[in-house]
Amino acid sequence: MRTSFPCPSPDQPALPAVDAIVVGASAGGVEALLKIFRTLPKGYRLPIVAVLHVPDQRRSHLAEVFAMSVAMPVKEADDKETIAPGTLYFAAPGYHLSVENDFSLSLSQEERVHHSRPSIDVLFESAADAYGKRLAGVLLTGASSDGARGTAKIKEYGGLTVVQDPAQALVRTMPEAALALHTPDFLLPLPDIGSLLVELERIAC
Amino acid sequence: MHQERDADIELRLLIEAIYLKYSYDFRDYSGASVKRRVAHALRQFELKTISALQERVLHDPSAFMQLLQFLTIPVSEMFRDPTHFLAIREEVVPLLKTYPSVKVWIAGCSTGEEVYSMAILLREEGLLDRTIIYATDINPNSLEKAKQGIFSMENMRAYNENYIKAGGKRLFSEYYTAAYDYAIFDKTLRENVTFADHSLATDSVFSETQLISCRNVLIYFNKKLQDRAFGLFHESLCHRGFLVLGSKETLDFSGYKNQFDPLVKLERIYRKS
Repeated sequence: MRTSFPCPSPDQPALPAVDAIVVGASAGGVEALLKIFRTLPKGYRLPIVAVLHVPDQRRSHLAEVFAMSVAMPVKEADDKETIAPGTLYFAAPGYHLSVENDFSLSLSQEERVHHSRPSIDVLFESAADAYGKRLAGVLLTGASSDGARGTAKIKEYGGLTVVQDPAQALVRTMPEAALALHTPDFLLPLPDIGSLLVELERIAC
Repeated sequence: MHQERDADIELRLLIEAIYLKYSYDFRDYSGASVKRRVAHALRQFELKTISALQERVLHDPSAFMQLLQFLTIPVSEMFRDPTHFLAIREEVVPLLKTYPSVKVWIAGCSTGEEVYSMAILLREEGLLDRTIIYATDINPNSLEKAKQGIFSMENMRAYNENYIKAGGKRLFSEYYTAAYDYAIFDKTLRENVTFADHSLATDSVFSETQLISCRNVLIYFNKKLQDRAFGLFHESLCHRGFLVLGSKETLDFSGYKNQFDPLVKLERIYRKS
């Protein structure tokens, strides 16, 4: 487990090439996600799929809010939509969001997971199934244990896992729950997570 | 990774076995959701592998019925997405009133919440007496529940709020009798309702209809099966008939996109072109 990025040592191992990034956040997540996604340059080519826990409501304005601050195109994920490169997708409130094996997105109203729908575990586990080792998962601040199992599964399937350093998270419950279940590749503060996502894209594209 | 591929093979074999033995066709359902529901069923059956589950359901029809309860998703509420029902009341009902008689198909009605909501709306608009509602589902247990029209009392407060937002004209409590923890719905609401077993995956059209409501069913289908369902709806609907979908369902990615016009796009209300 590495705790900074870029690493200070010159013999830093190369990051793996991934095809997609999944991100999960709960309490304190809006600010954390804005900090990370703001660092991504215009023309960023990896797709990013995000679950942010929000109160159940019919329509969410997350995509609009982020579109104002993020250089890449942002949208709420539609059912059966094929994941497009360079797009940031948000899960719609009230529905789980999954990645299918043909790299399309699907919605469902199965029971809540850790009191949440959308659930980070549901997104992460289905994305691990679809992408295997060509996936990076990022778990951030939150007052829930959602995402711990999903992050562990990404790791188990050979993907890259990144957990926000609990000491620097607004709410440390969620990153700590993930650490209790598995040892991520990186335990990082937000600015380093941004740099890592930039580097992941440079390698992959 | 290797172990996972085994599970994928087993899942496909299970789905195939269910189709061959019981004619329930889950082959074109969205894979991620089916996988989660089978994993959930495995834990409840206390079985280790999907192959073991396959053996069980192949030789024991009652075990299959149990599994079917996991494979279908009975998440519903009355007047779910109230603005949707308000839009039906304001935009669709005035046009339905021009027909001497109306046939409504509620496809994938689950435990009946959508059926009673629609019946209440049509009664308040003076249409229920000349309407036949076909309420169909693949799960016989859900249909049986729908026929009973008995719902948990603890949901009534939320349903009442939905009903008011949906433009309800009376008191929601006039439609049910409270008995202990249950709300027993007025049985005259279902006098013109026919509950029937029907699969959008394997069955064909059974009647001409003026309005089809299919909400939060299509999200569980892949694109191919969604298109099959849209084909059935197109065939069943009369000229300029209405199709209403769930709040996150759309014709936009379908081959039938150009055969329907959006009437209230935000509320997923379409009209056959």
